[in-house]
Amino acid sequence: MVTYLIRRLFWLIPVLVTVSAVTFIIMHSAPGGPWDTDGERRQVDAATEKSLAAYYGLDKPMWRQFYAYIIGDTNSQSGEYVCGMVCGNLGPSYRQRGRTVQDILFSAPEGKTFWQSRFGYSVRLGGMALAMAIFIGIPLGIIAALKQNTIVDYTALFVATSGISVPSFVLAIFLIIIFASKLHWINILVDDWTQVKYWFMPMSVLGFGTMAFTARLTRSAMLEVLRQDYIRTARAKGLGERVVVLRHMLKNALIPVITILGPALAGLVTGSFIIETMFSFPGMGRAYVQAISQRDYSMIMGTTVIYALLVAVANLSVDVVYVFVDPRIRLEE
Amino acid sequence: MTTAQPATTHNIVELNDVFRPSKSLGQEAWSRLIRNKASVFGMIVITFFIFLAAFASVIAPMNPLELHAGKRFLPPPFDQGITNLKAESQFLLGTDSLGRDVLSRVIYGARVSMVVGFMPTAIILLLGTTVGMVSGYIGGRTDNLLMRLTDVIYAFPDLLFFIIVMVALRDTFIGQLMNGLILLFAALAIVNWVGVARLVRGQVLSLKQKEFVEAARCIGVKDARIMFRHILPNSLGPLIVSAAFQIPGLIITEAILGYLGVGLRPATDSADFFITSWGVLMLDGQSAINSQPYMLLAPAICVALVVLSFTFLGDGLRDALDPRMRGTQ
Repeated sequence: MVTYLIRRLFWLIPVLVTVSAVTFIIMHSAPGGPWDTDGERRQVDAATEKSLAAYYGLDKPMWRQFYAYIIGDTNSQSGEYVCGMVCGNLGPSYRQRGRTVQDILFSAPEGKTFWQSRFGYSVRLGGMALAMAIFIGIPLGIIAALKQNTIVDYTALFVATSGISVPSFVLAIFLIIIFASKLHWINILVDDWTQVKYWFMPMSVLGFGTMAFTARLTRSAMLEVLRQDYIRTARAKGLGERVVVLRHMLKNALIPVITILGPALAGLVTGSFIIETMFSFPGMGRAYVQAISQRDYSMIMGTTVIYALLVAVANLSVDVVYVFVDPRIRLEE
Repeated sequence: MTTAQPATTHNIVELNDVFRPSKSLGQEAWSRLIRNKASVFGMIVITFFIFLAAFASVIAPMNPLELHAGKRFLPPPFDQGITNLKAESQFLLGTDSLGRDVLSRVIYGARVSMVVGFMPTAIILLLGTTVGMVSGYIGGRTDNLLMRLTDVIYAFPDLLFFIIVMVALRDTFIGQLMNGLILLFAALAIVNWVGVARLVRGQVLSLKQKEFVEAARCIGVKDARIMFRHILPNSLGPLIVSAAFQIPGLIITEAILGYLGVGLRPATDSADFFITSWGVLMLDGQSAINSQPYMLLAPAICVALVVLSFTFLGDGLRDALDPRMRGTQ
């Protein structure tokens, strides 16, 4: 188990290096430098641009820049050694002068806790959406399976199928138009995200697809378990329905559900940026979208690496949990 | 890897009922498919949108790029109450921020979504099948190398990759071909072949143990022929199903990229074939959500409808091509 864990953890390294290398190469093959792509801004003169490039190390060969980004390098102007990504340094933002990428993403405003940072906001939103997906999706799937081929089942299946197919941002559009523009029940221009009631909409939109998927998977897993011999045995020996469902069926039916939680979590994390943008949510996703429109290359790269790390860790943790839940799974040695 | 590979042996030949005139797999599947109401609905909707896309220039009531001065943000005739602007009957879904006809623009938008659904899928199937077949059939070190490659690509958050590619290469030569669609196709294909490759590899691994492959090898059939004539046709079912589920994902991705402003470049020349896309239209509509919500609603409904139809069709195809899977997913 320990060797397996270590091997999986080491496997994260080539993944992250590849992700950052690909991102790095693509970003640097973009025509123009970070200072001349934005036509609306004041253009910098040649001398300033040269010293800026030297300051950010952009005058060095590309492999050296990549090395500096990952490991670290000596700054040619100040002469001090600047550690790279291995120390958690994602480099300075090209657009927000004087701030580093990790500072923008992980630091909360003065006097606030970590949870008030952009990353913290996104994590909370994603966590709530996942909780919603689990606590509504699984019971929905169970009920649908137990009442198979009834109107309850069909309704649940219909909700699940449409929830899987309709993309979350389209759902968001529908909900915003209905509840905000037509009925005026909610306000989409929220300025104070500390109030929990505003979180309801983005959370439901973000979690709906995952919830639908969880419900569908739970239903099919339950249906499979329902016909097993040991369920008949459990009933035959006179166990109550509640015990049969909760102890015998659910324990086995939830195993496949656990396997999708990793991809689901990853989907929630990466899928959040469009929802965050739509609801003007102050999270990491919106920072990313803003960085895209401002062509803030270092910010885009840094955020991508963090997203990749999150996805990889989510998948890893699910694989590990899976081994614990299902004793039938043997690790390949 | 801990994930237990589920048995994916699809021995479809078994399913042919021996007591009636034999039908080919295609006929069998087709008759099952058209009995499924949801997938028939899906097929009708998809056909409708393909028709719309192909004949947009004839169907669209107006030129999608024509600016109507002084007629900005007109509401549609059937929903007068939003603003105090007077609706005009020639603009069935109202007009946008520059006085262009929303309906015509939505009809032209179907072109991009349809092309984005089908073109990359073709590349994905070609690439994925080739890699999967080679990997599964040859095995050994080649297999290991190719599968590690797919692992890395799998770990890359795909939407982020598309965004990076579109942002960075937008102004290069390739980014400008066909309003940026070529670049979009390439980006979509590079990431998505991985799933197909894994699927095909799994199929090949189980099929190459089968007796008919052994028999073929015994009579001296060449490897390439075994792969393409014996193994490939037998893994066609799951492949078709995965393609049907691939398409809606691609359409959604295009819409998201357009919505973020990094997708298709909106054309200004009415001679262009791809004028606009649903994602781009949604981006336009976002700012006018209170004054002209139909700018946002119309493309959103189209995306939802097309995606839902492809999902229905995919479900139907899976049931038709492999009846044992019915109701299990």
